[in-house]
Amino acid sequence: MMASSYSAKDEDGHITVSGPGGGTLRNKKPENTAFKQQRLPAWQPILTAGTVLPAFFIIGLIFIPIGIGLYVTSNNIKEFEIDYTGDDTSSPCYNCAKNFSWNNTKSCTCTIPFQLDQPYESNVFMYYGLSNFYQNHRRYVKSRDDSQLNGNIDSLKVGASSPMASRKKKKPSKECEPYASIDNKPIAPCGAIANSMFNDTLKLFYNDPNGTSVPIPLTSTGIAWWTDKHVKFRNPVGTNSNLTAVFQGTVKPVNWHRPVYELDTDPENNGFINEDFIVWMRTAALPTFRKLYRIIQKKNNMAPTLPRGNYTLVVDYNYPVRSFEGRKRMILSTISWMGGKNPFLGIAYITVGSVCFFLGVVLLVIHHKYGNRNNSANISN
Amino acid sequence: MARHSEEDAGMAKAPPAARQRKKKPKENKTRTVHANILHDCAKGDENPNRHYANNKIKTTKYTVLSFLPKNLFEQFHRFANVYFVFIALLNFVPVVNAFQPELALAPVVFILSVTAIKDLWEDYRRHRSDKEINHMDCLVYSRAERRYVEKYWKEVRVGDFIRLRCNEILPADVLLLSSSDPDRLCHIETATLDGETNLKQRQVVRSFYDLDCEFDPLKYNSIIECEKPNNDLNRFRGYIIHRSGRRDALYKENLLLRGCTIRNTEEAVGIVIYAGHETKAMLNNNGPRYKRSKLERQMNVDVFWCVIILLVMCLFAAVGHGLWMFQYGDNRPVFDVLSPEGTNLSPIMSAIYLFLTMIIVFQVLIPISLFVSIEIVKICQVYFIHQDMDLYDEETDSHLQCRALNITEDLGQMQYIFSDKTGTLTENKMVFRRCTVAGVEYSHDANARRLAMYQEMDSEEEESMSHGGTLPRRDSVTSHQSARVVLRSQSTKSHRRTGSRAEAKRANITPDPKLLDKVNDCSSQMDFMRFHSQPMSQLPSDLSDIIDFFIALTICNTVVVSSPNQPRHKVTLTCSGQKHHLITNRSSNKGCSSLLSSPSAESTLTKLHEEQPSGGLEQAFSPIPPSYDGKTSWNLDEGELRYEAESPDEAALVYAARAYKCSLVGRLPDQVIVELPHLGKLSFELLHTLGFDSTRKRMSVVVRHPLTDQITVYTKGADSVIMDLIKPPDTGKRQKKIVCRTQHYLNLYAADGLRTLCIAKKILSKEEYACWLQRHLAAETAIQGREELLFESALQLETNLHLLGATGIEDRLQDGVPETIASLRKAGLQIWVLTGDKQETAVNIAYACKLLDPEEELLTLNAKFLCSPSGPTTKSFNTNFSPFDIYSSSSPSSQSTPFLVHRLGLVIDGRTLAYALDKSLEDKFLAVARSCRSVLCCRSTPLQKSMVVKLVRNKLKVMTLAIGDGANDVSMIQVADVGVGISGQEGMQAVMASDFALPRFRYLQKLLLVHGHWCYSRLANMILYFFYKNAMFVALIFWYQFYCGFSGSAMIDQWYLIFFNLMFSAFPQLITGTLDKDVSAETLQQLPQLYVNGQNSEEYKPYMFWMNMIDAFYQSLVCFFIPYFAYADSDVDLFTWGTPITTLALFTILLHLGTETKTWTWMNWMSIAFSIALFFTVALCYNASCPACYSPSNPYWTMQRLLQEPLFYLLCFITPIAALLPRFFYRACQGTLFPSPVQLGRQLDKLPADIRRNILSLSRVKVGSPLCPKLPFLSLAKASPKGYYKKDGRSQVVVLALCTFSSSCWIGKHRGPFLAVLLHSKFF
Repeated sequence: MMASSYSAKDEDGHITVSGPGGGTLRNKKPENTAFKQQRLPAWQPILTAGTVLPAFFIIGLIFIPIGIGLYVTSNNIKEFEIDYTGDDTSSPCYNCAKNFSWNNTKSCTCTIPFQLDQPYESNVFMYYGLSNFYQNHRRYVKSRDDSQLNGNIDSLKVGASSPMASRKKKKPSKECEPYASIDNKPIAPCGAIANSMFNDTLKLFYNDPNGTSVPIPLTSTGIAWWTDKHVKFRNPVGTNSNLTAVFQGTVKPVNWHRPVYELDTDPENNGFINEDFIVWMRTAALPTFRKLYRIIQKKNNMAPTLPRGNYTLVVDYNYPVRSFEGRKRMILSTISWMGGKNPFLGIAYITVGSVCFFLGVVLLVIHHKYGNRNNSANISN
Repeated sequence: MARHSEEDAGMAKAPPAARQRKKKPKENKTRTVHANILHDCAKGDENPNRHYANNKIKTTKYTVLSFLPKNLFEQFHRFANVYFVFIALLNFVPVVNAFQPELALAPVVFILSVTAIKDLWEDYRRHRSDKEINHMDCLVYSRAERRYVEKYWKEVRVGDFIRLRCNEILPADVLLLSSSDPDRLCHIETATLDGETNLKQRQVVRSFYDLDCEFDPLKYNSIIECEKPNNDLNRFRGYIIHRSGRRDALYKENLLLRGCTIRNTEEAVGIVIYAGHETKAMLNNNGPRYKRSKLERQMNVDVFWCVIILLVMCLFAAVGHGLWMFQYGDNRPVFDVLSPEGTNLSPIMSAIYLFLTMIIVFQVLIPISLFVSIEIVKICQVYFIHQDMDLYDEETDSHLQCRALNITEDLGQMQYIFSDKTGTLTENKMVFRRCTVAGVEYSHDANARRLAMYQEMDSEEEESMSHGGTLPRRDSVTSHQSARVVLRSQSTKSHRRTGSRAEAKRANITPDPKLLDKVNDCSSQMDFMRFHSQPMSQLPSDLSDIIDFFIALTICNTVVVSSPNQPRHKVTLTCSGQKHHLITNRSSNKGCSSLLSSPSAESTLTKLHEEQPSGGLEQAFSPIPPSYDGKTSWNLDEGELRYEAESPDEAALVYAARAYKCSLVGRLPDQVIVELPHLGKLSFELLHTLGFDSTRKRMSVVVRHPLTDQITVYTKGADSVIMDLIKPPDTGKRQKKIVCRTQHYLNLYAADGLRTLCIAKKILSKEEYACWLQRHLAAETAIQGREELLFESALQLETNLHLLGATGIEDRLQDGVPETIASLRKAGLQIWVLTGDKQETAVNIAYACKLLDPEEELLTLNAKFLCSPSGPTTKSFNTNFSPFDIYSSSSPSSQSTPFLVHRLGLVIDGRTLAYALDKSLEDKFLAVARSCRSVLCCRSTPLQKSMVVKLVRNKLKVMTLAIGDGANDVSMIQVADVGVGISGQEGMQAVMASDFALPRFRYLQKLLLVHGHWCYSRLANMILYFFYKNAMFVALIFWYQFYCGFSGSAMIDQWYLIFFNLMFSAFPQLITGTLDKDVSAETLQQLPQLYVNGQNSEEYKPYMFWMNMIDAFYQSLVCFFIPYFAYADSDVDLFTWGTPITTLALFTILLHLGTETKTWTWMNWMSIAFSIALFFTVALCYNASCPACYSPSNPYWTMQRLLQEPLFYLLCFITPIAALLPRFFYRACQGTLFPSPVQLGRQLDKLPADIRRNILSLSRVKVGSPLCPKLPFLSLAKASPKGYYKKDGRSQVVVLALCTFSSSCWIGKHRGPFLAVLLHSKFF
């Protein structure tokens, strides 16, 4: 026993791995298992023109129909878009846009008439779209306090004022800086994202052929993710259920016209759980984006949601975009199972499928011309 | 138990303290050891030995406290770790940070802790084994109790007396003071030290030699002076000073080394000289070597390129950000957030900050897990190599050892092999074949026939073994040895030389009848003469030569006699008729010793007399203990005597002599007992043994001949040296004739590939001897320069010898050597043989193992006279080699086609090599050598061997492998890129120095062709894949910068970003890197040409890195822009868009690995499935865990929502396919249009077995088949583009006489500039 342990030590010295054979008295013969002898049963594909050829054809044959299907689906989606930035002098919003900045408190209203050539049968989604707006800027994305938005009352407390709170984290997260507090009062909601919230108001009117202008009912709930509205975003629950009281001691973000507890009259859509706010807080991935603004519910099965005809878009112009050459749009769109109108994926599938098919043909030629030569050469030598 | 834990606690602190203490008595050149028991009561302070290290060993690197700082310090030596820590720390700077600082630390902490845990585990293993060893028991003399008491090893101190019993392991380096053995010997097995399993004799210190009663430590009062601890196992010098003032020299023969095992000796007592870390065994114990492989060097270049790419990308982004900021001017847009302090950053400043941010974001481009992954894969590769059954040798029960863990892939890239001959190509199992005595040759034909028979049997046996499955040979064949096996069960290893039955029988030699007659004749005459008390000198000289020849064979060696059936006791004999010889012996001794005056010399000689009292023999050769009686009856005959020799040719000679009834029956330190026919047992008084060394190339013994009573020197050695030492032949015509004829036979033997040894003797007159003895003793006792003095003294003795004869010993080629060499050569490896053997032997072995081809021209370079490398010879060399300049200059693209090989073999000997390795000539030498198919360097010294390897390695920039088995190969093994040791007959020195240790040469084939190829291609592919993977992933974020104002934003959640490499995509590549087989082992071995793949680094060429980078950028473009357009102008948010991209990247990366994977085992499938499952599990859990955490991404419910969207699945379907389309298409086209040899090999694998066999057998005939279009050994017409060499005749031999220094001339029989230099050596 002693001897074996000693020799085990001497033999592998400081070597980390010497397998299990570290100087045992027994036969050191390695085990004859498929794993240890590296003979595990294996599938050994060989990539040659002949072997991969079917794969190319199969991919081609699958992709092209899918692509056509996607393309057709996308084309069936109706979409209408109006740019109301007001850059152009001819634009109705030109006056509003001309010298508008964040500091204006008086809102400017402009009216844009437009025409729908086709009736929109199903539910219509109304979006506002922004271009050249980098919501994905690194510092911008970070500039929020999720804990505050989740209703953590401590994030709404003032700095070092109360001795009790000083022990805990009590201020808006430092990520919100420099939009965390004003005069030592926390901003609710803090951060640059909230501060720059889109605040145009869009209204739609249907111009009846008989001349009256009928306002179209816009649903402002159900536009945010369910989980956002019910889990991520919570109003702080204070001693009383009055939102105004809860947000006592906080200030509104600088660019806001109204404090957070006055965003809506519906208590289920007010404060942090206001859906427009929630939608805005979900920062867009790309500088050109749209965000869901309202839903036009289909009322009855008989009439289309938006019949063909003339409409008017009335905008409360509050949101300045000209300083960074941004664009503002209003989009009306129906939706399909694969989302909004986007022919790209269909085209992509068709393209990739065709390329595969074409490469399959190339491989077939190669296989016919050279594939056999190789094998025969191989066997003959 | 309490004692244990207490010790453990103390363990951590003790060694540093011990080390400090050790320094105090410094600057003493020697160490003085007193006995501890004298100082037992005086605690601590007065003990003169207190400064020496105690016997507690600690091989651990860390203690509990020092682990963290020390381990971190060591890890930060690796540059990559520092880089990653730097980046992680950069995250703590608020303006720069890209991720949550704590999270950013995660990967680097993970990597560091994985390494730390590995180190900790290793260290813990060491700690456990240390503890185990420290707590072994041994007997230490205690003065208080006046007896030996059991103590732990760690309690042993320098100066303690310890008692050792048979089969015990020595706890420390001990000076042997007493032995229960009647001859005051102690046998040890040093297998754990140097791997040699033959027993070695150690003897009691001379002054304690004559103690009749048991050694009593209390009476010991001497002081030992010896040298400081050092790691030379074969050296120990010192002396012991007795109370009387007398000094006795101490030798290595007196020292028992820690770790050895006591054998064949009941009991021994010694005093501890070196303990613990100062023992020779521990000083020799150094860890595995760290080498950096070629692939890793190449990889580091590309890591450097990655850094450049990273910096360029960061710079690009920084400039972009600056411009983006600049375009807004003073109108700061609402989304461009001010810095936390509310200040407005200038574009330039924010560009600078961004640069740093980008470094953090793009850090993944430098693959943090690459280094760890490579280590893991290499460990797995080592494990598999270790487990390979084909590399396991039944006979020795040993398998391949990987001693260097990190150069497995180098095995697949070798270009030059430098091999030793003896023991590497050959078995180093010497078989006596022929001899010549007094100028008469005895051919031993019967013996040769018998050997041939065994050889056949051997191969049959092997065949039946291979069919018969896995039954170990030893069990099935040598059933009669089972008794021995049981008896020796206590020994650590069953004996190495107990292999097969055939081998055991090979040791028996059928004597040549003529010679046997003569021996009988001679000895009966001697018996007669002795009976009639006639002087022996009257014997006819040819007969006396014969008997002297055999006596020399028998006694001129260091063979130890042991009996296999009595493992615990050395052989003893009960002889009574021997007494009177010894008595005569003694009386004659007196006269001799009276000539000597020095007291120490007297003691050497006189102790002989007192030591053996009358009747001492019977007492000494005590009968075998009764317990073994049952067994002794059946094998007490002398045929069962076994000889244990340090070198196998010694044993072969002793066995040969035994066949002539001239057998060695016992060896004591001062006498050798030989049994001769008719004469019975004779005891030769052994006066001196001058051991073998490689400079003298001979060994001698000085004995007193019991019959003639003359002092006789028997010398045995290499013929080249012995022949020079023969007495000038003017003494007699007969001697001259003998020398001449012996030389003739020697040449014949060498031509047969036999190893030759010359045997000579010399008779010393008493005066001569006394004179020499005096100087010799002075040399022996000197502490300084003892080696040189002993060498001088040996030179003085070995002169004017009388030649007796010569022997030819066959060293059989190892199994499969010619095949291995042939296939290695087909694999494009250049094989050079560097041997110390003589030229003829080497050349013949080279022919035998197909290294040289009879059709080849042989280029022989021999310088006749030794002279300084400068001077005219150099000049002549210059002219001689000049034609070769053409070769080297005509192939400027030497790197791409390094082997412009002609049908040439170069043979060069050591002397010539000395010139060739000279600075001015080495280039020319290399040019010549490179154009030869094989190179053979004979008679080269170890230094020359390593110089040759170094030269080739450095000048040709090739990968070299050196393989050898002996101590003389160590330097060459260390110099080469990969050193391979053969764990053969000659001990373990080569193995200790090597990176890989093989049991047999033929395993090299599988090691290189299969494992080397696999390791290389696996690792090369894995590294390339790593670069691709990281670049592809990082590029996704880079493209995104164009759409986020170059703000350093990432759409991929920071968690995914950080753990993508570490978790989600880590396992499949490890599996593929470990298990992937591009071609099956069988095909790789049958088509060695496939090895060229690795030699030319075809799996990983520099351009491949860039191709992979381009592919990575393309794939990331696809993975980025398909989702980009699919989600363009939609209400998607940042991370809902980023998550599909991450998923797509993961799929693409895995699928990419899939196209690169050649073999899909269930593990590959599992690992990929696991990766995907892990990603989704983690994503789902992570996205459901906390609605308000993980700022800023806040991915709550993202993945869950995505999984409900058809668009997500549509993307997952199209993107990976679009991304991999080009690569897949390229692979398919390449597979058909221009398949690499490896791909063809893979196709071959797929064919049914019989067709495959057909093809392989065909392709073996035609090397230049289309399968290997660019192989080195194509038809010659192609190989020599300018037609320098046309093969038009059999032997174009140009004779050049270099004998005279100046004249060198070319006698070209053929007009071509091709040449062969053949110098007539003195042998022809």
